[in-house]
Amino acid sequence: MPADFNWAIGGEAGDGIDSTGKIFAQALSRAGRHVFTSKDFASRIRGGYTAYKVRTSVDQVQSVVDRLDVLIALTPRTIEENLDELHEGSVIVYDGERTTMQGVEIPEGMVGLDVPLQSIAEEKGGAIMRNVVALGAACAVADFPIEHLDSSLEKRFGGKGQAIVDNNREAARAGRDYVHENFDHEFDYDLETTDNDYVLLNGDEAIGMGAIAAGCRFYAGYPITPATDVMEYLTGRIEQYGGHVVQAEDELAAINLALGGARAGARAMTATSGPGIDLMTETFGLIATSETPLVIVDVMRSGPSTGMPTKQEQGDLNQMVYGGHGEIPRFTLAPTTVAECFHKTVEAFNLAEKYQTPVYLAADLAMAVTEQTFAPEEFDMDAVEIDRGKVVDDDTIGEWQNEKGQFRPHALTEDGVSPRSFPGTTGGAHMSTGLEHDELGRRTEDTDMRVEQVDKRNRKVETAQEREPWEYREFGDTDSGNLVISWGSNEGAMVEAIEFLEEDGVDVRFISVPYIFPRPDLSEVIKDADDVIVVECNNTGQFADILEHDALTRVKRVNKYNGVRFKADELAEDIKETLSQEITA
Amino acid sequence: MSSDVRFTDFKSDKQPTWCPGCGDFGTMNGMMKALANTGNDPDNTFVVAGIGCSGKIGTYMHSYAMHGVHGRALPVGAGVKMANPDLEVMVAGGDGDGYSIGAGHFVHAVRRNVDMTYVVMDNRIYGLTKGQASPTSREDFETSTTPEGPKQPPVNPMALALAAGATFIAQSFSSDAMRHAEIVQEAIEHDGFGFVNVFSPCVTFNDVDTYDYFRDNLVDLGDEDDHDRHDYDAAKDRILDASKEYQGVIYQNENSVPYEEQHGLTENMADIPDGAPDDAMDLVREFY
Ligand SMILES: Cc1ncc(C[n+]2csc(CCOP(=O)(O)OP(=O)(O)O)c2C)c(N)n1
Ligand code: SF4
Repeated sequence: MPADFNWAIGGEAGDGIDSTGKIFAQALSRAGRHVFTSKDFASRIRGGYTAYKVRTSVDQVQSVVDRLDVLIALTPRTIEENLDELHEGSVIVYDGERTTMQGVEIPEGMVGLDVPLQSIAEEKGGAIMRNVVALGAACAVADFPIEHLDSSLEKRFGGKGQAIVDNNREAARAGRDYVHENFDHEFDYDLETTDNDYVLLNGDEAIGMGAIAAGCRFYAGYPITPATDVMEYLTGRIEQYGGHVVQAEDELAAINLALGGARAGARAMTATSGPGIDLMTETFGLIATSETPLVIVDVMRSGPSTGMPTKQEQGDLNQMVYGGHGEIPRFTLAPTTVAECFHKTVEAFNLAEKYQTPVYLAADLAMAVTEQTFAPEEFDMDAVEIDRGKVVDDDTIGEWQNEKGQFRPHALTEDGVSPRSFPGTTGGAHMSTGLEHDELGRRTEDTDMRVEQVDKRNRKVETAQEREPWEYREFGDTDSGNLVISWGSNEGAMVEAIEFLEEDGVDVRFISVPYIFPRPDLSEVIKDADDVIVVECNNTGQFADILEHDALTRVKRVNKYNGVRFKADELAEDIKETLSQEITA
Repeated sequence: MSSDVRFTDFKSDKQPTWCPGCGDFGTMNGMMKALANTGNDPDNTFVVAGIGCSGKIGTYMHSYAMHGVHGRALPVGAGVKMANPDLEVMVAGGDGDGYSIGAGHFVHAVRRNVDMTYVVMDNRIYGLTKGQASPTSREDFETSTTPEGPKQPPVNPMALALAAGATFIAQSFSSDAMRHAEIVQEAIEHDGFGFVNVFSPCVTFNDVDTYDYFRDNLVDLGDEDDHDRHDYDAAKDRILDASKEYQGVIYQNENSVPYEEQHGLTENMADIPDGAPDDAMDLVREFY
């Protein structure tokens, strides 16, 4: 295990927890350290506990662990909420002068640093800077050079004028100095810096960036946690590339607007979360039947119904694989890391247009709101390829017209993919419909044509299965008989869990699957393993069910559905325990 | 666009399956005439249709077209127009489609003011599902699902539109062919969302709001030369006057600025580079 440092700031929503956490995370990233952040937030804007956690190391960090070294507690509840993660020697920074913090007891064995955050902040120009004073104090504890905070303070407050930036810098230094002057405790931390350049971003931002890179020009959405960040990212940026973001009146409108944009020839996308997916499902069928390319992002959260809107879950898999009336050819991709959110978005657009079908991108809350550091080369823009599929123009349309000169948008082709004519193309006028149709797109109830069109649409999936690399990512000991499989954002925690398991002498082979439908054929791999565990953030094991069906054999499951993502150390324990269990029918 | 387009160029070779005498024949003919008269051709026209007898219109017309799901044709049309403002976009559907399941979209389409034309074939009944009450059915209109009438006042679509900030509100009668085509043409020419509620009688299920009824009760605002379509209050008075059925352009806002113009949408978004934009690395650097 790399020596890592775990830090958090917690308080009430509205206390500026998020932005303070982000300033620290950015400072670490700019100091060449790897960062992985996570957020605890409740579904309210003011009041209610909220925390921003940062894990950092010089090596890559890809998950959270059950450990907290330094906690900035703005409320007593912050200490209570994190008791499990605090350990012997953990440092708690708090402001004992603050009414709510008076008489707060620091748990035994831990180090309480009572810093008059508010008074210091007032001295330096305003109480509002008390979080920054706390950051300075944290820098003193962690032995992290305060200069690294400067550029992130500049980034955060630059817009408000140099004076504000300077005040904040001073406030941070005052917090650091207070700790140096008033506590003679020896802290064990020493946050090394490196010359590496990293970028720090979350999954929603990576999806938005991937969309622009992939040529998405039209986005329609309706706000919903935790997908809204995608829309906020695109707003103000997509316009620079000739695109547009519309905030629709609801998800029904959002997906239909996006469908219109796609039908006009734009690369179009919408993003939502579970409840929104439900509303979009009717139109999802139309998109598939009319063979319109569209990317639909589901940033999953705890369901069903409104469930726990600010908590993690991967419970919509069945909806994305089976949802909708009738039978719908579709693709479902599940990015496994923040960086993969970028790559899979690009891929989703290509798949959508190459196969003229809707593509679900299955992200989840844990990944969407998690900021993670990456080398900028991970987002290699030169490597982005755009494949628009079989688009005809005025010159090439001829071969797709019938003897009467009518365009055949649903031509029965061998690979299942038909030509597309963007509106404006001469001689390409046709209707797209959700009704069953003939090659020209005209309604039919002809029994043979029905069968041919259903087969044609489903053939696209077969073609894609042959042509596309439905690869998976593999980690750990590939010879091990202990096979762990997961999908989506569990990858990071599992990769780190492998190290914990190794320390305990347990070897595992870990397969992380970014494609849900279609998906790589794992049936042989599963049958060859001694023990198979499928790890996912839901109760019933939706992916496990699918894999059992594929391999015609039973698998074990590790499921977490309390609203919190997997933690690496905890996951290692779960795996160990599950390996020793028998499958019960 | 070509000047030698005839309205029959917008006709598909599919024979309509509407009941003989259905008002939708006239509504469609008027739309095709208006499109041809305004210099459009099938390859630059996009027609979005809803679900219902009215929604079949997309099948019988020849143009680029989309046949949506029930009630949601308007957002599709808006998406098409935003993505390619060069296209002439027309959305058509029924009263059930537009004012019941699609009422939410209607209000927002009106206030969004995308430069397109919305034609509602208002037969005051659900035709395709065989004769249930629609939101514009009279309060005492007996149908299979409302044996004693809906016992709710009908929706007044023009009032809804006016309240939502419509910039163009008109009403026409499908069998008054010349006037109907003329009114749709004005809606097309309007800069913004052109809304036309068309009385399009259902000869099979509605024996109250018949051709005769409209012939006898229709007041043409063109004949009433005192009606100033730019006068909001006058429009409001007429719209709220339940004693008459009006035909003509009831309201037009001269200051209408379409959505596309307000948002600077001029490009055809189908045109994108082969790879990521040249300066795409800037998007990454923002995250330093
Ligand atoms: C979601 C959904 N609900 C119900 C229907 C069934 N349906 C089809 S058409 C229609 C009513 C159409 O009425 P109207 O819009 O007035 O059109 P008309 O047939 O009278 O022209 C209904 C309820 C459907 N297709 N989709
Ligand atoms: S049922 Fe009514 S609306 Fe439908 S086609 Fe027949 S006449 Fe027209």
